[in-house]
Amino acid sequence: MADRRRVSVTINGDTYEREVETRLLLSDFIRHECELTGTHVGCEHGVCGACTILLDGITARSCLMLAVQADGHELLTIEGIAPNEEELHPLQQAFMDNHGLQCGYCTPGMLTTLLEFLRDNPNPTEKEVRVAISGNLCRCTGYQGIVDAALDAAGRLRGEAEA
Amino acid sequence: MKPPPFTYHDPRTIPEVLDLLAAKDNARLLSGGQSLMPMLNMRYVLPDDVIDLNRVEGLSGIAAANGSLEIAGMTRQRDIEFSDVVSARCPIMTEAILQVGHRQTRNRGTLGGSLAHLDPSAELPAVAMALDATIHVESKRGKRDIAMADFPAGYMTPSIELDEMVTGATFPLWEDGHGYAFIEFARRHGDFAIVSAGALMTTDGTGKVNRISITVSGVGPSPLRCTEAEEMILDQTPELELFREAAETARAFDALEDIHAPSSYRQHLAAVLSRRALEKAQTRLGGSNG
Repeated sequence: MADRRRVSVTINGDTYEREVETRLLLSDFIRHECELTGTHVGCEHGVCGACTILLDGITARSCLMLAVQADGHELLTIEGIAPNEEELHPLQQAFMDNHGLQCGYCTPGMLTTLLEFLRDNPNPTEKEVRVAISGNLCRCTGYQGIVDAALDAAGRLRGEAEA
Repeated sequence: MKPPPFTYHDPRTIPEVLDLLAAKDNARLLSGGQSLMPMLNMRYVLPDDVIDLNRVEGLSGIAAANGSLEIAGMTRQRDIEFSDVVSARCPIMTEAILQVGHRQTRNRGTLGGSLAHLDPSAELPAVAMALDATIHVESKRGKRDIAMADFPAGYMTPSIELDEMVTGATFPLWEDGHGYAFIEFARRHGDFAIVSAGALMTTDGTGKVNRISITVSGVGPSPLRCTEAEEMILDQTPELELFREAAETARAFDALEDIHAPSSYRQHLAAVLSRRALEKAQTRLGGSNG
C-alpha cells in the first residue's frame, strides 16, 4: 500500500489541495499535480538548478524536497514572477533584451535564483552574479547573456534608466 | 530518478523522533535533504521509513557561551552563513560555509545533516575536526557526546548507533585575533571539493606559534589533522619556508582515488593547499576577527 497524504500548498497565491504519495517530489507535484510546467526538471539530483523555486521567500531545489514537506508553505514559481498577464517582471524583460534566453531550459531556475539574489544584493558585481548562478547549469553555455541580463535587471530594479 | 516507496513520518518533538528511531530498523533521518534526497532519487538508499526532522521543535539555533559555539543539528547552513556571532567569533566556519554548495542548497542544508552524512570532502566536518568539536547524539537510551576525532568510523559512516541522532555540536572558540583560513580546490565553484585545507593559529608575545591546527579533507575517508605538520610549526616563528616543509608532510597520507582525481593528485593538493591555508592564516593574525 502506497503511503499517501493530503497536502495543501500555496503556489503563486493559489492554494492547491491534493492527495499524493509521500515519496512524490515537490518538483513533480508542481508539474504534474498543479500543472505548472514552467518549473523545469533537469537532473533530479540537485545539481542543475532548473527546478529552483522560492519556498517561503528563499530558494530551494524542488527536486530535493518531498511534496509533503511543502504542506502549509508558500511557493513562488516562474509563473508567479510577472506582475500581471500583460507585463513582464523587469528581470524577465532584461533576459529578453540581453539574449539571456537561449533554449530556455535553465531559464526558470535562473530567474528564481536571480530574483532572490537581486533582492538580497541589489547592486552586485559581475563576479557576484557569476557566483550566484553557479548552481544553475546552462548547457547552451550562454552565461554571458544571462550575466548581462542580471546586471541590467539589477539597474532596472534599482530604478536606474535602462541602458 | 524518483524516490523508492517508503513510509513517511513527520514528528514534532525529539522524543517522538527517538521513539521512531528505536522502533524502525531501516529508517533514515531527513534533515536538509541536500544529500539524502539525491541518494533517494538515485535509489542509493532504500529505507522503509523516512523520518523528517523539518517540523521538529527546538532543533535549531546558534549560541556562543563559555568560549564555545553551540549549534543545534537542524540549523541551516544559511543561518550559519549569515550569523554575526559565527563570523565574529568563528570566521573559519563562515569562510568554509561559503564554499558549501550553492545558495539554493545552503538554504536547506543543515549542520547535523552534513556531520551525519560525513562526506569525505564536506566542509563542516572538516571545520569540526579543525576546531576539535564535540558532537552531541541522543537516543531513547540517553544522550552522549563524541569528540570529533572519534566521530568518523569509516567512509561516510559516523560512529553512532542506528537508534541515535545527531542533535548538535559544540565548537570551542579560538582567542581574539587568531589567524584562520579555509581553502579548497574544486573544478567548478560549489562542486564537491577535491581537497580542502583549514588552518588556525595564534602567536605569543615573541611572535612564536603557541597554538596551531591544520586539517585536510577530501584526502582520507574523513577529515585528517596534520599532526606532524602542527608539531613542526608549534613553538617556531611562522615563516614561509617552515610552512612549506611542514605542509609537505600532508603528502604522506594515504589518499582516496576515484574518477575525480588519483591519490597522487590529492596528496599533492593536500600539501599545496595546507601551505596556502597556513600562509593565509598567518596574514590574518592579530586581525579584528576572532
